[in-house]
Amino acid sequence: MAQYYAPKNFNFWYFFGSLALLVLVNQFVTGILLTMNYKPDAKLAFDSVEYIMRDVNWGWLVRYMHSTGASAFFIVVYLHMFRGLLYGSFKQPRELIWIFGMLLFVALMAEAFMGYLLPWGQMSYWGAQVIISLFSAIPVIGDELSLWVRGDYVVSDATLNRFFAFHVISVPLVLVLLVFLHIVALHEVGSNNPDGIEIKKNKDANGIPLDGIPFHPYYTVKDIVGVGVFMLFFATVIFYMPEMGGYFLEHANFIPADPMKTPEHIAPVWYFTPFYAILRAIPDKFAGVIGMGGAIVVMFLLPWLDRSEVKSIRYRGGIYKKALLLFVISFLGLGYLGTQPATPAATTVARIFTAIYFGFFLLMPLYTRWEKSKPLPTRLTDQPSLEDRIPALIETYHEITLVKQVTKEDGTTVLKRRPNPAGILNVITRLAKKLKKSLD
Amino acid sequence: MNNEGVDKSKRQFLTTALTVVGAVGTGYLAVPFLAQMQPSVKAMAAGAPVEVDISKMEPGQLLRVEWRGKPVWILNRTPEVLETLKTLDNELRDPLSQESIQPASSKNPARSIKPEIFVAVGLCTHLGCSPTFRPEIAPNDLGDKWKGGFFCPCHGSWFDLAGRVYRGVPAPTNLEIPPYRYITDTLIIIGEETTTGASA
Amino acid sequence: MKKFITLFLLLILPLGVSASEGIELQEADIDLSDKVSLQRGAKHFVTYCLGCHSVKHIRYLRIALDMGVDEKKVLKDIAPEGAGIYDQMHSAMNAHDAEKWFGIQPPDLSLIARSRGADWLYSYLKGFYTDKSKILGTNNAVFPDVGMPNVLWQLQGGQKPLYKKVDGKQVIDKLVTEEPGTLSQAEFDRVVNDLVNFLVYVGEPVQLERQRMGKYVLFFILMFVGIAYLLKREYWRDIH
Repeated sequence: MAQYYAPKNFNFWYFFGSLALLVLVNQFVTGILLTMNYKPDAKLAFDSVEYIMRDVNWGWLVRYMHSTGASAFFIVVYLHMFRGLLYGSFKQPRELIWIFGMLLFVALMAEAFMGYLLPWGQMSYWGAQVIISLFSAIPVIGDELSLWVRGDYVVSDATLNRFFAFHVISVPLVLVLLVFLHIVALHEVGSNNPDGIEIKKNKDANGIPLDGIPFHPYYTVKDIVGVGVFMLFFATVIFYMPEMGGYFLEHANFIPADPMKTPEHIAPVWYFTPFYAILRAIPDKFAGVIGMGGAIVVMFLLPWLDRSEVKSIRYRGGIYKKALLLFVISFLGLGYLGTQPATPAATTVARIFTAIYFGFFLLMPLYTRWEKSKPLPTRLTDQPSLEDRIPALIETYHEITLVKQVTKEDGTTVLKRRPNPAGILNVITRLAKKLKKSLD
Repeated sequence: MNNEGVDKSKRQFLTTALTVVGAVGTGYLAVPFLAQMQPSVKAMAAGAPVEVDISKMEPGQLLRVEWRGKPVWILNRTPEVLETLKTLDNELRDPLSQESIQPASSKNPARSIKPEIFVAVGLCTHLGCSPTFRPEIAPNDLGDKWKGGFFCPCHGSWFDLAGRVYRGVPAPTNLEIPPYRYITDTLIIIGEETTTGASA
Repeated sequence: MKKFITLFLLLILPLGVSASEGIELQEADIDLSDKVSLQRGAKHFVTYCLGCHSVKHIRYLRIALDMGVDEKKVLKDIAPEGAGIYDQMHSAMNAHDAEKWFGIQPPDLSLIARSRGADWLYSYLKGFYTDKSKILGTNNAVFPDVGMPNVLWQLQGGQKPLYKKVDGKQVIDKLVTEEPGTLSQAEFDRVVNDLVNFLVYVGEPVQLERQRMGKYVLFFILMFVGIAYLLKREYWRDIH
């Protein structure tokens, strides 16, 4: 790793690759431990999870690490992918890294989906029932296919057993292989960076990029800080809010699976909801399935859809920036709507968001060609790092708060900070102006 | 890059400090991970003391009960058997149970609290097979030297009817006697020696 | 852009409003560190609930350990006759009888607090009212047409609903006491609260422990981050 030269200007967004690897290791270790006590049997599965939570020594910790890890995996991976959109990491010559990454994403979704059936709660059961029924939308072979996937007429013991096999053996093997390929492909071409220029174009006499620094020790020590900060969040969830308000562990999943009774409101786990919302937004079964699949397939095509001559958002024109902002809003919006019941109003909004989602990708060849990019620098630029921004943040804090004398009940006066409306308004307008400017 | 003015000792110190803190953290994390392979509460519940009613046992009868998943034998020995036991000392490896596992109350030649009622864990001390109960004297397959006892079919170890191992067989020590006590004359509890300890 | 935001807000607004239906839930006062309340709750549960509902994922041993009560005292005071310390809280009623009497098998309540939430349970247990049209003679404001009788009626007495009109439909506004029970309102609220407190505990017995532990874990990680940051800063002095 000391031989791998990485650009020296990695910012916040570059932590998530190493964090994804960390979460993968966490899932492997805790997953193996869970397998020791979990029973992949429709009659025993639900109780065996509660057995792990109560009777097995530290079983609760292992289980929460695994369930929180699943959600953390998607948070980290979504942010990692967003980094790619920001700085054009998918663009030539890194198409292969992107393709492996997307395959990883698909494998991860399969892994998460099959893992979610294992607790055998109501949400596990009906979620799987709904998603597997999607296959039946495929013409001609659909019904046969979903029957074959389930191994029964409904989701049953047979389905649970095979999902267990896939979840603990097959898909993890695929994941490891793809992670390996993803990293090999990265090392072949080298990392992109926030400026989106190739550091290999400027080398010194020894053939070392002038703007490159050895990954070890510089990025190892930096990533360790990232790992630490991530663990702070991770541990906070595990020890204080393992259900995360019903998003990481859904309330209905604390009821054992009952094939006779569907819960009133089925929502997949949060990380699938954007795609689920797209499915529901389209008023036709087959088209809905195509839409949902297309939402993922279209991401594979990104390297060829983007015709811009620059990679990084820093040097792109205003259209891409606005398009990306709209895309993020619609992705988050779809994610939120996917957790809510499908009212007519919600469906309308979901349709608008779906149109924006696909518009972002499918119109990309047009708007990226139109827009005029800014001139690229020849060497990496210096941007203030997170640490450099701390004084400014403290200043902002002072601006939005006022120090006031407060008299306590026992008569003593203390100085306390209270929100300052005028200051808050100032900061918001400043931020809004900055955002508007940065979108041009 | 600029390597001038690098405080090497500070780097060294911080690296060591971080390694130590990281190692301690990993250690802390390893404890729950390893401890989760210990017997769970369910296993402990299954290992709870077992009460056995022996009021209906005939002389010579063997009762098998399960305690912590292991077979435990309760044998009602006849006076003749008790007489025979006294004559075997020369053929046994550890006739006084000096090297074997048993509660103090059973550390006597008959290896039991009451001479006629014999309680033992039915697993060979060699490699854990369960020996067969062969009370008959000098059967064809075991030969004239057999005075009744337990025979382990796995590796041919011999034990007498007090669970004492013979010389020249693979098993190293006498059969294990579990902790047990009499609640009443005809009711024993296996897995518990004193009345105070509810957990075993 | 502005138009879009307005449109978005207009469309998203009705989503939030349409969500509130039925009687408003009352807030339960959950405090798992109140071991006396938990013990009372356990006792109430065995008295009023365990006849039909099991809580098969908790053992009497765990109750003794977590509530700081002697094992023998748990078996004597809380557990029903003949239960062992390692036993799980199983109901005495068999499934066949249950189906015959209630049409369904009363659910196991080990995880009810995690699926329904404490406030729902608290309001549900207080939500029974007299309704002569039902076979059981009672109905519930929180869980309409529930198949469970009001097992606490002797303590609570009878309640009758007061209605209000919402969008032309009659909905229950609140419940008022019709005939007093053996307990005062405050005493009864405490009984229900203790029960719910116990159910929340049973839903995840480890929750107090993990919160206690979390402080140390976070402190340790914070220390790790601190040193890691110093090391990073030291190394990154090289980079200009």
